[in-house]
Amino acid sequence: MSTDILSDRKKLAWNALIWLLLLTMPYWMPLTGGYTALASRVVVLALAAMSLNFLLGFTGVLSFGHAAYFGLGAYGVGMTLKYLVPSTGLGILVGVLIGTLAAAVIGALIVKLRGVYFAMVTIAFGQVFYFIAFRWNTVTGGDDGLSGWQRQPIDLGFTQIDILGNDKAFYYLVLFCFAISVAAMAAILQSPFGRTLVAIRENERRARFLGIPVERHIWLSFVISCLFVSLAGALYALMNNFTDPRALRWDQSGNFVIMAVLGGMRSFWGPLVGAAIFVVLQDYISSQTENWMSFIGLFFMLVVLFFPRGVLGMIKRKTAA
Amino acid sequence: MTQLILFNVFNGLIVGAFYALMALGLSLILNLSGVINFAHGGFLALGGYFAYTLIPFIGFWGALLVAPFLVALLGLLIERVLIRRIYGRDPLYGLLLTFGMAFIFEDGTRYVWGAQSLPYQIPAWLAMPLSTHFFFLTGYRLFMMAIVAIAVIGLFLILNRTRLGMRIRAGTLDLDIVSVLGVNVRLLRNLNFGLGIFLAGLAGVLAAGLLGLQPTIGDGLIMPSFVAIIVGGLGSLPGTLLGGLLIGVASGLTTVFFPSATEAVMYVMMALVLLLRPRGLLGEEGRLQ
Repeated sequence: MSTDILSDRKKLAWNALIWLLLLTMPYWMPLTGGYTALASRVVVLALAAMSLNFLLGFTGVLSFGHAAYFGLGAYGVGMTLKYLVPSTGLGILVGVLIGTLAAAVIGALIVKLRGVYFAMVTIAFGQVFYFIAFRWNTVTGGDDGLSGWQRQPIDLGFTQIDILGNDKAFYYLVLFCFAISVAAMAAILQSPFGRTLVAIRENERRARFLGIPVERHIWLSFVISCLFVSLAGALYALMNNFTDPRALRWDQSGNFVIMAVLGGMRSFWGPLVGAAIFVVLQDYISSQTENWMSFIGLFFMLVVLFFPRGVLGMIKRKTAA
Repeated sequence: MTQLILFNVFNGLIVGAFYALMALGLSLILNLSGVINFAHGGFLALGGYFAYTLIPFIGFWGALLVAPFLVALLGLLIERVLIRRIYGRDPLYGLLLTFGMAFIFEDGTRYVWGAQSLPYQIPAWLAMPLSTHFFFLTGYRLFMMAIVAIAVIGLFLILNRTRLGMRIRAGTLDLDIVSVLGVNVRLLRNLNFGLGIFLAGLAGVLAAGLLGLQPTIGDGLIMPSFVAIIVGGLGSLPGTLLGGLLIGVASGLTTVFFPSATEAVMYVMMALVLLLRPRGLLGEEGRLQ
């Protein structure tokens, strides 16, 4: 982790800078040619990538199927708002619950697998939910997606926050959820449990010999990671007032992984940087050319071949050298 | 009813044969090089499109023979230039690299041949049903099964009877030892990759005749191939073959009784296998770690 390279004071300064940038993003984003919704997108996808990285970077387990839980969160919130109650808060809760439950069940099935096989099984299981969303037309809207609902103002009792009409208000709701999640993940990683996860990443066999129940730790890490990714999914659906099966398809999982890798998966903030670069780039490319898929594909390959450590990984290496 | 069940079982067998052909190629590459080739579906699509382009010049039979070799050649080249660089690194990078390639393949085929579905001409005598009673037994379907059978038998002959096959199998068990014994491991992995891609190309040509061509033709086949590998058993090629046929037939049967669960049934099978026998039906012990 970064503590040995950056001193505590430097780290504090970095954290302050990051939060300052995030808090003011809706105000400086337009100056750079962006818009508020793009800022929300960056933060939501950064949350997804950081959640994935909890598992990938800090437990050393590669899931290539996180879009499934992202999508479950999205459909959870959408279906709650459409069919059950018009309450944004409750919708988010249901979305997170569904995603986490699914992860708990599937996680239990796959914890025995490692490395490339773990990745393969997570991809395959991810597709189950894609097919359900795709096939169950009457409820999920099938290929056309789930529409005909929208996020509702949040009622705090003394005042109402209009997150529907006011883009900035919605951004700060997203940032609020992001902050809580990120703080929770950081706290978990600092705890003895989190340290044990890193130990498993570094040397699973040694951890096992020390009597650590490795499977249970990996399972729990998987579930925690999916909890936050389903929260991200719920926010994503709220952002668009819409969700479709593509939210839980495998290419979405790939996007999360590339964000984590691009930013630097060994650093806590890396995926945020990766998500910012990826989202802005994707936004730009898809507005410029019809063949954006080729460019994104090329981008994946370039990152793998020339930036395997990610942006923050490279910076860290330079300061260490 | 019997006819309906027979029809769907046979259909399932055909689909399963495709899964198996895809999965065998994936499995070959995965076992020897530890790379999950996400672009496998893209190679499959290229096989179909190459054949489509070749047919006017060399006919159906010529295309069937030549197109898979062209795709395999491309596979050899791509392994040499790109895939080789990520051997021995975290499996993550292989996934991402081939993932990017899959994007480029899909976009590229769309760019060259167009997004709309293209019809694929098969000889008239192959398209005819063989029996009025069993209407589903068209010559082409039987012909496809025969070609798949020949390809699979050929693959197992190569693996079990030739020096190359022996080295591939040995390398799957312990690549370091094989290397120390003086085998050119770089070349071995290259040829092995080409062999896997050949199977994908062949599957693509056959699939084109059955379904017509579209850029995403490989998309629907790659996930079932993963499932086939896991159900059949990690590290075991006969297992992969078995897994592919099994999930094909299972989907076929489900179509009869519970059509909306056609895709889901294979994932249920995978869950059961992981629960009861995590290494897969014919999987080797110790592959899990």
